[in-house]
Order: sequence, then structure tokens, then C-alpha cells
Amino acid sequence: MDAPLVERIGSSLGVEVGVSHGMPVVQIAPGQLLDAVRVLREQFGFDMLLDVTAVDWLGQEPRFEVVWHFFSAGTQARVRVKVRVPESEPVVASLTSLYGSAAFMERECHEMYGVRFAGNADLRPILLYEGFVGHPLRKDYPKEREQPLIPYRDA
Amino acid sequence: MTTARPTIPIRAEGAKVPTFDYFTTKKDELVGWARKFSIFPYPFVTACCGMEFMSVSSTIYDTDRFGAALPRFTPRQSDLLMVVGTITHKQAPVLRRIYEQMCEPKWVLAFGVCATSGGFYNNYAVLQGIDKIVPVDVYVPGCPPRPEMVIDGIMQLQDKIAGQHHVILKGEF
Repeated sequence: MDAPLVERIGSSLGVEVGVSHGMPVVQIAPGQLLDAVRVLREQFGFDMLLDVTAVDWLGQEPRFEVVWHFFSAGTQARVRVKVRVPESEPVVASLTSLYGSAAFMERECHEMYGVRFAGNADLRPILLYEGFVGHPLRKDYPKEREQPLIPYRDA
Repeated sequence: MTTARPTIPIRAEGAKVPTFDYFTTKKDELVGWARKFSIFPYPFVTACCGMEFMSVSSTIYDTDRFGAALPRFTPRQSDLLMVVGTITHKQAPVLRRIYEQMCEPKWVLAFGVCATSGGFYNNYAVLQGIDKIVPVDVYVPGCPPRPEMVIDGIMQLQDKIAGQHHVILKGEF
């Protein structure tokens, strides 16, 4: 992990950059997301969006933490971006304008955690099915709740 | 140097040796004997058990020895539905439709612990055993089951078929 990259990212974005498992971690406010990711992409060469996911910190406020991972094919560097959003309005900006691969990953994150991505026009279920109620990876989703599509046969 | 193989004369007119002219049996035993050695499986393979299915159906273990090797890739030509792997709630309607498309007589084998009971997947996605949507004749648990277990399951199914009442025509026969 080269320290200069962490410092350069920090000074460009104007935030403090931590390091976790050798990876720079940028915690930013929801409103700054698009600008910050644009800087990462254009100044630092993070040309690949690896993953969009979320963490449900049940009991904390704000409850959800949306996480993006970026990779630079040129420098082989990686960076993690985190944004906290509240349960009452779990909305962050979509990155589909910057990364085409964000579209499907945001669909998955949306159905699993209920986080909405403003600007993603197609947030239909991708792994789950139409009619599924709730968001199964939220910590308060009942573990053994079943939502079968066809009735069970009489045993 | 060649030696002539002894043959069993099925129809030896004028022969001096005892012949195999007729035998008596029950209709159900005869049909069951024929059916248990001509099982045409439909592999409904969804998960990692498929690797074990390949192992058991090809050389070394070879389900062809039990007449159950030739997979049919349409349910309409098959009579054994082998459900190999995890079935999710999203897939359950597909499995049910496949089962309904099979002609009678038909049997179902749950291959692996996921098909049997859901296995260690007890969550929002996985059906807790295929017997919730289709009737199952033989369960072969294991994660994945050893080929010997599958062969044992097929042999148990053969015993079950041999002992069944086989309706061929409606009515007396």
C-alpha cells in the first residue's frame, strides 16, 4: 500500500481516507457521491466498478451503509467508497452515468437491501422474483420466512 | 482356436434337448421386471451435485449397468425425474411443470441433500425439499452423495418398481 495514493485521494476529495486491509477507504456524504466518484475515475484512473453492496447496521443511525469497490486497471490500485443513508430515506445517486456495470449491481443491491438508486431507470428484481415482499438481506427479515410461487402439495 | 458357444434353444423344433418353451409369471412381475431395467432419467441439474451425477452416470460407476443411463432431454420421453441440486422458490414452478409434462409411469429421485430437504440452505431463497411440490420415491442424501449411494438409490427404486402394480390398460389387464 503506497501512502501517497491515500494522501492524494484525501487531498483531492477533501476528506480523511482510512486504510482497511491495505485498501483506501473513503467515507463521504450522500450528496458528494457523484462528484467524488467522478474525481476517482478521471484523476486516479479507477476505470472499473467491481461491486455495489450494502451493510445493514440494525440499531444504528443512519442504518445502511452503501459500499462501492473500484479498481484501476492501469495502476492495479483499489479503493472503497462508503456512504451512510438513513432507513427513512435510503436513497443514493446511481453510478450508471459513469459505469455501465453499475446497472445490474444496483438492481441486486436494491432488491436485497431496499436501497434506492436515483437515476437507475430499471430497478426491477434481478435475482428475486416479481411479487417478493421485503428485502431478504436486511437484518430484520425473518430468517425462515418463505414466499413460494406455487402452493405446496398436501403432504 | 475357437470354441462354439453354448446357446439356449428358444424355439427348437424337433430338437432332442429340453427347450425353453414357456414360463408362467404374474403380469405385474413381468412388466415390473421390464420396466425396472429400462429407466429413462431426466436430469434436472441445478447445482454442484451435477458433477457427482456426471460421475455416477459415466464410466467406472456407470448407471447403464442398471439400465438407467440414457438421459432424455425432454420430460415427455423420460420416466425418472432426477432432481440434482438446490431448488429455489424461483425454480419451483419450472420443476413442477417438468414433472407434470412427464407421462405415466413416472418416478422421482431426490439427488443430494438440497433436493431432499433444502440441506444447509434455510433461507428466503431455497425450497425446503422438493417433496413440497412433487411426490418423491427415493431420497439420496449427501452433500454430494457418493456414487455408491446413488446406485443404491437406483437399486431401491428398481425394487420399488418391481413390486408395483403396473396399470398398462384401463380395465382388467
